[in-house]
Amino acid sequence: MSAERLSIAVPRGALFGAALDLLDRLGVDTAEVRANDRKLLFADAGIVTMRPSDVPTYVEHGSADLGITGKDVLLEQEQRDVYELLDLGFGRCRMVVAAREGGDPVADALRRLGRVRIATKYPRVAQRHFAATGRQAEIVEVKGSVELAPLTGLVDGIVDLTATGGTLRENQLRVVEEIGVSTARLIANPVAHKLKAERIDALVERIRS
Amino acid sequence: MAYPIPPGTRDVLPDEMRELRAIGERMRARFAAAGYGEIHTPALEYEEVLRRGDAHAAGARYRTFDERGDVLALRSDMTIPTARVVATRYGAAEPPLRFCYLARAWRAAERGVGEPREFLQAGIELIGLPGAEGDAEVVALTIEALDAAGLRRHRVGVGDGSLYRRLLLALDVPEDGHEPLVECLFRRDLVALERSVAELGVGAGERELLLRLPELRGGPAVLDRADGPVAEAVAGLRALYDLLERRGVADRVIFDLGLVRGLGYYTGAVFEVYDPAVGFALGGGGRYDELLGRFGRDLPACGVALDVQRVHLAQAAEEALG
Repeated sequence: MSAERLSIAVPRGALFGAALDLLDRLGVDTAEVRANDRKLLFADAGIVTMRPSDVPTYVEHGSADLGITGKDVLLEQEQRDVYELLDLGFGRCRMVVAAREGGDPVADALRRLGRVRIATKYPRVAQRHFAATGRQAEIVEVKGSVELAPLTGLVDGIVDLTATGGTLRENQLRVVEEIGVSTARLIANPVAHKLKAERIDALVERIRS
Repeated sequence: MAYPIPPGTRDVLPDEMRELRAIGERMRARFAAAGYGEIHTPALEYEEVLRRGDAHAAGARYRTFDERGDVLALRSDMTIPTARVVATRYGAAEPPLRFCYLARAWRAAERGVGEPREFLQAGIELIGLPGAEGDAEVVALTIEALDAAGLRRHRVGVGDGSLYRRLLLALDVPEDGHEPLVECLFRRDLVALERSVAELGVGAGERELLLRLPELRGGPAVLDRADGPVAEAVAGLRALYDLLERRGVADRVIFDLGLVRGLGYYTGAVFEVYDPAVGFALGGGGRYDELLGRFGRDLPACGVALDVQRVHLAQAAEEALG
């Protein structure tokens, strides 16, 4: 953590464009970040770029004072000790349970086998959701395209994030349940939140207005 | 790894050990010079005794049985054992009593950066000196001990653990609504706090108070912005500031009216220790006026514990910055 300025962790991927637009409105020069796909650290602008799920890691450690990431990431990494300061509103998508079209494989598995097999990139969110609704679930963590898992018979259903539902439909999957809605959040390192209070508050105030 | 050790524990080899020992010793010496006598208590306590101090045994993680079937727990801090010592061994001693320790404790890892489960704490407990006077002594000595450890830019965040609950009471928020709000604060989730407060159905002025108070942090000026229903608690913090000014350490203090700490025994001022070189707190503490009473000797008390390994990390990081 440098003493002089605020540094911010910005997620590459779906939230990247909107996050940079927000920084532009705050007067941060993001031209270099936009022009450069491979470079990760932009010291002049106080920006570090990374995959969304790494943002809480850098912010928790204090390697960045602030960060922008999805609520889905924060829900999956609940143990991270960071402040969640603001709902930024953009990057809206739904965390859902989905299964193959036709019939109800999730309910069938629960009724006949006493448990349902679920593939997901969000094992903790999925585990919590099924535990909270009193159903036994066997969670299969996958890293790549989750939609493939029910199509090949690996699992009965999936827990995943969907914005428009397009990918689900293309793979003959349908939404069975909605777990929650995710939007982009502004997070802060707990020590920076105290030691750089004025600058962080000023920034939050400007985003709010 | 062929022969693993439990998660959250670690081996310390000579180079690191030498530095850790030097830092611990410098802090301990500073405590001793201020009249704090060093104590040592068993690593294992009867779980029942820890539970007397805190319903969750202060987060104790490791339990075992002895040959009689009694449940033993590895202590999770030195505060409850010290309270036990004062009540049982100093039953008639004239307060104030001052103790320090350099001791290991074991705790469940809940959240945070590579949260260790075994850690070395350097700390003090000041028994029998109530209110701001006792708080000021503990805060000032915390700052001096870290000076002695070689830190230069450390700060102590000071809040009042009862502040938010008092505000909720003063605003007539129904009692069953308190815990979820305090929980939002504890999880540092200000987005959820805002939503929960909106659902309370209180007026705009009350809503503003409930959302603004936790955001107040900084110099003594923040105390002026927090009168009204919490004026009494804020007056205590102001008195603390005056005493710290007289001790010449007021500029090292950050008031933080949203500060809450996890342990159940805090009753008043709470502290958290920071250094800008590292992104996590180095330690913390606070006032626990009811804990000793649970062991039969009703005395006010205040203490702080610093994680020696984290102080070492901060010291190394400060050294690297030059």
